[in-house]
Amino acid sequence: MFRSVPRRALLAAGATGLVAPLAAPAIAQGAAIRIGLILPMTGPFASTGRQIDAAVKLYLRQNGDALGGRRVEVLLRDDTGTAPEVTRRLAQELVVRERVRALAGFGLTPLAFAAAPVATEAKVPMVVMAAATSVIVQRSPFILRTSFTLPQVTAPIAEWALKEGIRSAATLVTDFAPGLDAERVFKERFAAGGGQVPLELRTPLRNPDYAPFLQRVRDTKPQALFIFVPSGEGAAVMKQFAERGLAEAGIRLIGTGDVVDDDILNDMGRPALGAVTSHHYSAAHDSAENKAYVAAFTAANPGMRPNFMSVGGWDGMQLIAEGLKSTNGAGEGEALLNAMKGKSWTSPRGPVTVDANTRDIVQDVYIRRVEERGGQLWNIEFDRLQAVRDPGT
Amino acid sequence: MLTVLVDGIASGMLLFVLAVGLSVTLGLMNFVNLAHGAFGMAGGYVCVVLLNRHGVPFVVCLLAAALFAALLGLLLERVLYRRLYGRDHLDQVLFSIGLVFIAGAVVDWFLGARQQLITLPAWLSGRIELGFVGIGVYRLFLIGLCGAIVLALHLGLVRTRFGSRLRAAVDDAVVARGLGIPVERLFAVTFALGSGLAGLGGALGVEVLGLDPTFPLKYMVYFLIVVAVGGANTVLGPFVAALLLGVVDVAGKYYVPQLGAFAIYTAMVVLLILRPQGLLAKAAAR
Repeated sequence: MFRSVPRRALLAAGATGLVAPLAAPAIAQGAAIRIGLILPMTGPFASTGRQIDAAVKLYLRQNGDALGGRRVEVLLRDDTGTAPEVTRRLAQELVVRERVRALAGFGLTPLAFAAAPVATEAKVPMVVMAAATSVIVQRSPFILRTSFTLPQVTAPIAEWALKEGIRSAATLVTDFAPGLDAERVFKERFAAGGGQVPLELRTPLRNPDYAPFLQRVRDTKPQALFIFVPSGEGAAVMKQFAERGLAEAGIRLIGTGDVVDDDILNDMGRPALGAVTSHHYSAAHDSAENKAYVAAFTAANPGMRPNFMSVGGWDGMQLIAEGLKSTNGAGEGEALLNAMKGKSWTSPRGPVTVDANTRDIVQDVYIRRVEERGGQLWNIEFDRLQAVRDPGT
Repeated sequence: MLTVLVDGIASGMLLFVLAVGLSVTLGLMNFVNLAHGAFGMAGGYVCVVLLNRHGVPFVVCLLAAALFAALLGLLLERVLYRRLYGRDHLDQVLFSIGLVFIAGAVVDWFLGARQQLITLPAWLSGRIELGFVGIGVYRLFLIGLCGAIVLALHLGLVRTRFGSRLRAAVDDAVVARGLGIPVERLFAVTFALGSGLAGLGGALGVEVLGLDPTFPLKYMVYFLIVVAVGGANTVLGPFVAALLLGVVDVAGKYYVPQLGAFAIYTAMVVLLILRPQGLLAKAAAR
C-alpha cells in the first residue's frame, strides 16, 4: 500500500522534531526568531483566520517586529479549518523544517487537538488563539491559551439570567464539542440557582435550518432562549428568531457572544437589537487600550471591525513577546514556556492573566446588550465579572 | 402543528424549484449533472451582490438571478456539456463534480467563504397570524411563487407545442429527430430553463437555506433525493417528492430533533422501497 511511505516519513519527521532542539542549541544570534502561525485562511472558517492574521500583522507593525531585542518573523500557514491532519502536518513542517520557536493560531478545537502531540514531542510552546473547548490546555503541557473557554463565558450569562428573574430557559446549541460544553455549563449553573431548562435542542453543525427548532422553542414558551452557535452562524439564528416572533411571544434571547460576533453584527440588522450575551470582548469595550486598538485595526483593514478572534491573536502575540522579553530573546522550548506562564497585561479586552498552573486565560467577562450607536450595531457592556477562570470540565 | 406543515410545504416548494432542472436533465437528456447546484449558487450570489452592494429591489434581483443562471447554463451547455452527452455516466459525474469544485473556488476567491446575508424588504418580513397559526410572510411568498411556477411548468409541458415536442424527445430522441423536431436546440433551451429555475431557487433560498461556496455540495444530496424519489422526466413526481421531503424534514426537526437530518433519509429509503420507479411513474415506464 502506498499509504505506508508517507506515514513512515511523518514518523521520521516527528523524531527529527524531537531531537532537533537538543542537537542544535542557540542558532546564530542575529537570525530572526520564527513563529509558526496556523490558521484557517480559506474554507468556512476563513473569517477567524482573517481576523487573527490581521491582528498579528498589526501587533508586529506597532511593535517594530522586534520582540525581546530580536527580529521576529511570522510564518503563516493555511489549514483550511476542516482538516485536522493538515494542521498536524503543517505544525510538523514548521517545527522540523522552519525551526519555529513557537506555534500559534488554531481556529477550532479538533485542529488544536491535532497539533498538540507535535508541540509535546518537539517541546515547542503552542499558543491557542481561537479554539475554545475547556480540555484543550490538558492535551499538551506546552499549550497556552489566549482566547477564552466556552464554560468561562457561559457561566456568567446563566447567573445573569437568574438575577434578572428568569426561571425557565430553553437551550439551543450547535452539536459539537464547544456547543455541548456551553449546554452543560449553562444547565448546571442555571439549575443550581433554581432555574428550569424545559427544552434542550442541538442543531447539526453543517447546514442547519433553524426555523423548526425555533418554532419548537416558541411553542414551549420559556422565558428565555440560551443560544450558542459558532461565530458566523449567528445571523441565521437571529433572523429566524425575529421571523418566528419569539420576541413578541415574550422569549428573551440570551447567549454567548459568538452569536452576536462583531465581525457580522452589522449585517444582522434590527433583529439583533436587545440580545443580551456574555463574552470577554466587545469592539465597543470602553478603555483607552481598546479605542486605540479598534482605531488602528480599522485603519489597517478598512471595512473590517475587530472581533473576539482578533483580540485572541493580538494577545497571543503579546504573550509570546512577554516570554521573549523575559528571556532576552534567547528563550526556547521549556524556558520560553516557563517565561510565558503567569504573565499578566492589559489587553484591549481588559486585564488578562495566563494562569501559571493551568496555562489557561483568566479574564473579565462582560454582560452586553446589542444597541444602535451612530447608525451601527454594537455590543454595549453593562455588567462585568472580574477575573473569571475556566470552571473546568 | 399547522405552522410546521406550512413551513414544510414552503421548504419543499423551494427544494422543487431548485431541483426540477436536475430532473429534466436527468430524465430528458440522460445526463448526470451533479453541478446543478452550482447554478443555484450562481443565482444566489447574483441576488446577494445586487441587493447588498447596489441596492437593487429584491424582485428585480430574483429576475436577474434567474436570467443570469439561465444564460450561464446556456453558455456552459453549448461550450462544455454537449461534448459529454454521448459519454458514459462516470465521465459525466467526474466532469460535473469537477465543475462544482471550480465554481466553489471561484466564488471563494471573489466573494469569500462566509455565509452571505440579505435583508428582505419590509413587505416580505415578519409574520401574520391566521387564527391559531402564525406564518412567516416570506414562507407564504415562497409557497405562492413556487406554486405558480409548478403550475406553469406542468401546463407548459402538457399543453404547449414546446411541451409536446419535449415529451416526444424524451420518449424517443431518434424518432423525434426523424420527425424534424430540433432535439439539439430543445435540449439547450431546456437546460437553460432548468438552470434559470435553479438560479431563482438559489436566490429565493439565501434567506432560508443560507449561501456559501459549499452550497452546491451541501444540497446536492437533497436534489438527488428529490429526483430519485420523484422519478425523472415528469414535473409532478419531483414536485410531490419535494413536498413530502420538505414536510418530513421540518417535522422531523421539530418533533424529534435528536434524529437531526436522519428523518429525510429514512423517508427516502421507505419511499424507494415502496415505489422504486419513482412516486408517480407507471410501473412499465421507459
